[in-house]
Amino acid sequence: MKTNKILNISNDLRWQIGEGFHDKLTEGIYSDAAQIAQNSVHKKGQQKRFRFDRNLDKIVTSKIWGFPIMIFILSFVLWLTIIGANYPSGLLSELLLQNIYPWLKSLAESIGFPWWLSGFLLDGVYLALAWVVAVMLPPMAIFFPLFTLLEDFGYLPRVAFNLDHLFKKSGAHGKQALTMSMGFGCNAAGVIATRIIDSPRERLIAIITNNFSLCNGRWPTQILIASIFIGTLVPASFAGALSAFSVISIALLGIFFTFLVSLILSKTLLKGEVSSFTLELPPYRPPRFWKTIYTSLIDRTLIVLWRACVFAAPAGAVIWLISNLTIGDATVANWLIVHLDGFGFILGLNGVILLAYIVAIPANEIVIPTILMLTVMSASIAGVGAGNGVMFEIESATATGEILKAGGWTLLTAVNLMLFSLLHNPCSTTIYTIYKETKSVKWTVVASVLPLILGFIVCFIVAQVWRIVI
Amino acid sequence: MQKVTKSACESCEHHNTLGLKKLGINIENNDYVVALAGNPNTGKSTVFNALTGLKQHTGNWPGKTVTRAEGGYSYSDKKYKLVDLPGTYSLLSTSQDEEVARNFILFGKPDVTLIVVDASRLERNLNLVLQILEITNKAVLCLNLMDEAKRMDIEIDERTLARDLGIPVVPTSARSKEGIPELIKTIHQVATGELKCKPHRIKNIPKHINNAVEKLSSEIEKEYPTIPNSRWIALRLLDGDERIIEAVKTGEFITE
Repeated sequence: MKTNKILNISNDLRWQIGEGFHDKLTEGIYSDAAQIAQNSVHKKGQQKRFRFDRNLDKIVTSKIWGFPIMIFILSFVLWLTIIGANYPSGLLSELLLQNIYPWLKSLAESIGFPWWLSGFLLDGVYLALAWVVAVMLPPMAIFFPLFTLLEDFGYLPRVAFNLDHLFKKSGAHGKQALTMSMGFGCNAAGVIATRIIDSPRERLIAIITNNFSLCNGRWPTQILIASIFIGTLVPASFAGALSAFSVISIALLGIFFTFLVSLILSKTLLKGEVSSFTLELPPYRPPRFWKTIYTSLIDRTLIVLWRACVFAAPAGAVIWLISNLTIGDATVANWLIVHLDGFGFILGLNGVILLAYIVAIPANEIVIPTILMLTVMSASIAGVGAGNGVMFEIESATATGEILKAGGWTLLTAVNLMLFSLLHNPCSTTIYTIYKETKSVKWTVVASVLPLILGFIVCFIVAQVWRIVI
Repeated sequence: MQKVTKSACESCEHHNTLGLKKLGINIENNDYVVALAGNPNTGKSTVFNALTGLKQHTGNWPGKTVTRAEGGYSYSDKKYKLVDLPGTYSLLSTSQDEEVARNFILFGKPDVTLIVVDASRLERNLNLVLQILEITNKAVLCLNLMDEAKRMDIEIDERTLARDLGIPVVPTSARSKEGIPELIKTIHQVATGELKCKPHRIKNIPKHINNAVEKLSSEIEKEYPTIPNSRWIALRLLDGDERIIEAVKTGEFITE
């Protein structure tokens, strides 16, 4: 075999060369590079730009100011989102639910649709879609471009730098800070991004804990519930700030769980050494504002919205079906809610929320619309809704709050919903991505079930303490 | 009737209607394959978007692209397939994203390798350039982020650089599409063989090592005369790279 001959010669030569081949080669490359660069690069004067970058880095990655600045920036972005989303949200729901919906209904009637067809299509599919658009679009259209601007400016690697030593202490890879940041956009994207981590052990940790980053689908849930239940605890002028603060707390809690679970995993199932790496802090680049707005609208907002719609339509149909099919004298939905209520109560939640999370496994985006639909149906609140499984017309967040309160919601329900939204199984897309990346059923199951168990534990503890103290 | 005259732009060979046609993801029946390599965060994805008209999201952090993205364009009746590789600092290590880049340049046999470097950090970027030039004979250096280098008062003598590296050098600012027409033309010239490259080989290595490399690489060439990158394979074999040893065993790198 000629290949063996080559390998034999190579082995002989390796013995002759002895140690240090790799280092000598690397040295050779470096000195060649230095020579070539010296021949053709001329630097004039002082590097002002670099000094600016360095000074800015000194502040944003400083031990004292790094974290406060990070939290401040994130809070500011969220505050803008909460303040800005309210108005367009109201407009959209007025248009889609109060104007178009009745028009479609009467159209269906005049064409002579049977009640079940118009119920299935309009009360189920259309209303779910309209809801997703009205509730999700405005916060996304504000949050994503802002986040993308930060990303393009070059802030993300600084966040990674700040968090690096915490990850190291948790026995994880510092680059996990980057994949975690990606997870704040989309967990499936975050899981794919873990490919930048070399060691399989640290990569698995990064994959399993990625779900603790609040994703696209969950930010709007957090923001909405916070504005309805927590913002209203204080006078209107502070409402935005307090809502933003509570959402930040949940996001930070997620980061805390990322560290905690990383630490536990690296001490138990995934023991091993921490590997080191070089993190390059890229230069700050002024983002090109309009282009960023455009691409983040196309790339993120519309794609996420599209995904939400794709999942919302069938979910709307399912909700309508389970609220209209009956077992004995109760509808399927009612039967499920009643049976889940006990378990829900123990967790400080209720049957509606648990059922909504089961219906919404395909996409986190539709949790809130589902909850609203099921609440109205099960509580049969007078004055809203036109029948079983029909979503109703509400103009504002306050009205949403009224509905939920009428459905028996308390502050505890809201807080625990926010916690449970952070700590539950990843959406089906992410689960599938985890399987594709790890090619292991075992780790996919761990990554899916672990957050859910944590969610049950945390909600249970909060509920018990809350009921004793208050 | 007014006489229609072509404007200077329209008759120029760089003009879109005559030259570049962005094909997006339509990459069937391509004539040439171009690999896009470079350090992380040098704007490879921006160059990729400028050439293909695709809108792959670009970001200001190293590691944005972890998988291969593919797109196409056509120029002078030739169709090009462009493959955007993950950014790497070196081809000598083994993380998954670096392997994607290395394996494609080595085993994917692109017709041209377009190396994108950050003009304001040339020296650091050259380490990867020199490694790529060990693998392939057909390469173009895209000296990107020239706008940034200018702001930092850094001047680069492209001719000296091109002479030292033995490959054509094209300065660009891909963000504002400056230099893209020249880049397309140069890629075309290298792909068609109009421009011949004489890539730099790593010089500063001790004599006894160099002798060993030469001996092994001539041995490889003797067995496989068609192989274009015997020296690189020799270097990797001597370094004990498992992946390359495996490739030698299976004969993966041999054309036909």
